[in-house]
Amino acid sequence: MKSAMMPQPYRVTARREETADTVTLDLAPLAAPLPPYAPGQFTMVYAFGVGEVPISISGGENGVITHTVRSVGAVTRAVCAARVGDTLGLRGPFGAGWGVPAPFGADLVLVAGGIGLAPLRPVLDHALRERDRYRHVLLLIGARTPGDLLYSSDHAAWARAGADVRVTVDRADRSWTGRVGLVTALFDELWLDPGRTTAYVCGPELMMRFTADALRARGIPEPAIRVSLERNMRCGVGWCGHCQLGPLLLCRDGPVVGYDHAAPLLTVKEL
Amino acid sequence: MMAPRDLLAEHPFLAGLEPRWLDNLAEHAHPVYRNRQHRLFAVGGSARHFWLIRSGLVVLDIHAPGRGDVVVESIGAGAVLGWSWLFSPYRWSFGAVVVEAIQAIEFEAAPVRRLMAVDPGLSAELTGRFMRVVVERLQATRVRLLDLYGFPTGAKP
Repeated sequence: MKSAMMPQPYRVTARREETADTVTLDLAPLAAPLPPYAPGQFTMVYAFGVGEVPISISGGENGVITHTVRSVGAVTRAVCAARVGDTLGLRGPFGAGWGVPAPFGADLVLVAGGIGLAPLRPVLDHALRERDRYRHVLLLIGARTPGDLLYSSDHAAWARAGADVRVTVDRADRSWTGRVGLVTALFDELWLDPGRTTAYVCGPELMMRFTADALRARGIPEPAIRVSLERNMRCGVGWCGHCQLGPLLLCRDGPVVGYDHAAPLLTVKEL
Repeated sequence: MMAPRDLLAEHPFLAGLEPRWLDNLAEHAHPVYRNRQHRLFAVGGSARHFWLIRSGLVVLDIHAPGRGDVVVESIGAGAVLGWSWLFSPYRWSFGAVVVEAIQAIEFEAAPVRRLMAVDPGLSAELTGRFMRVVVERLQATRVRLLDLYGFPTGAKP
């Protein structure tokens, strides 16, 4: 397991500013690449001399790993500041993913809040690559303001590729002609088939709770609602226990878990 | 073109309503199409109608001095628009403007209130359905007040 704890050097080959505080980095290996990732897994990203942080994988192929990172602290600020040509360390990929592919003929409902769209992007990419496998592919996006929307230049292409993309923001002025409201309000426009729906939900924890409750109210069974949880991942392999959530070590047993497992844990304080 | 009675029966807000009540309500409802930028009502105006949205999008707005027209919430297909007609003084607290052309069912509020006054069963049923909408929107508003996307949870490394 030594290699799991040893960061591998990756070079920043592309950098895109998504919003005022969020960037997307393409990272190519300078030595042996990490093993292939599954959608929903994360890596530990090391900004040399600053620290290490868990970041969900938002894409990449042929050894390249793409991360979308929001600057919220010292390490993520350093990662976001990385320029093309800079080197970062990566460990991983770690954790349990979203569990795609879903069964043939399923309806996929992806619900993303804020930066939560980044971990869901590999699921969307998979669904659009195998569009014929699924009946409906719904992508519901919530953000704080129109300026905080991730990958906004890609939304039209996703729709052309067969996704039903619906966006809502918490607040906007009259220059915004889209929806304003909580992401759960988008369910009012939809008819969901409980027997065929698999939901993938990622965002702030309270947003995921309300979303899961809204899905349950529409008959979607809890095991078919998958949420991506966030705790203080450190080692990535279930050794250190920093990311414990009740009986789960989220770096190993998560970050993606079924809502049947997550629901009893999310209302317990200090857990 | 579908008759108002059939349109009412297929709208989610009235799903499962007793047929006799659908018949009664249909006498005071008619389908409408409103184009983009059409203002359905303005702040302080008399609340004479309410709508079941079948397609398109409406935003609720209010003018904030120094900030212009601020959008509070949007109302889309499958939703009900307008509840100020239920309570005195029957005046709109917010405005509503169409941002994506809508197809809707427009109700005359006063006769519906009279129907409710003489039929406690219908009154309880409609009030309960509006109450559910009010509660859902109140809870959604509370969650938005938390500004969840602005303050990420978990570690801040």
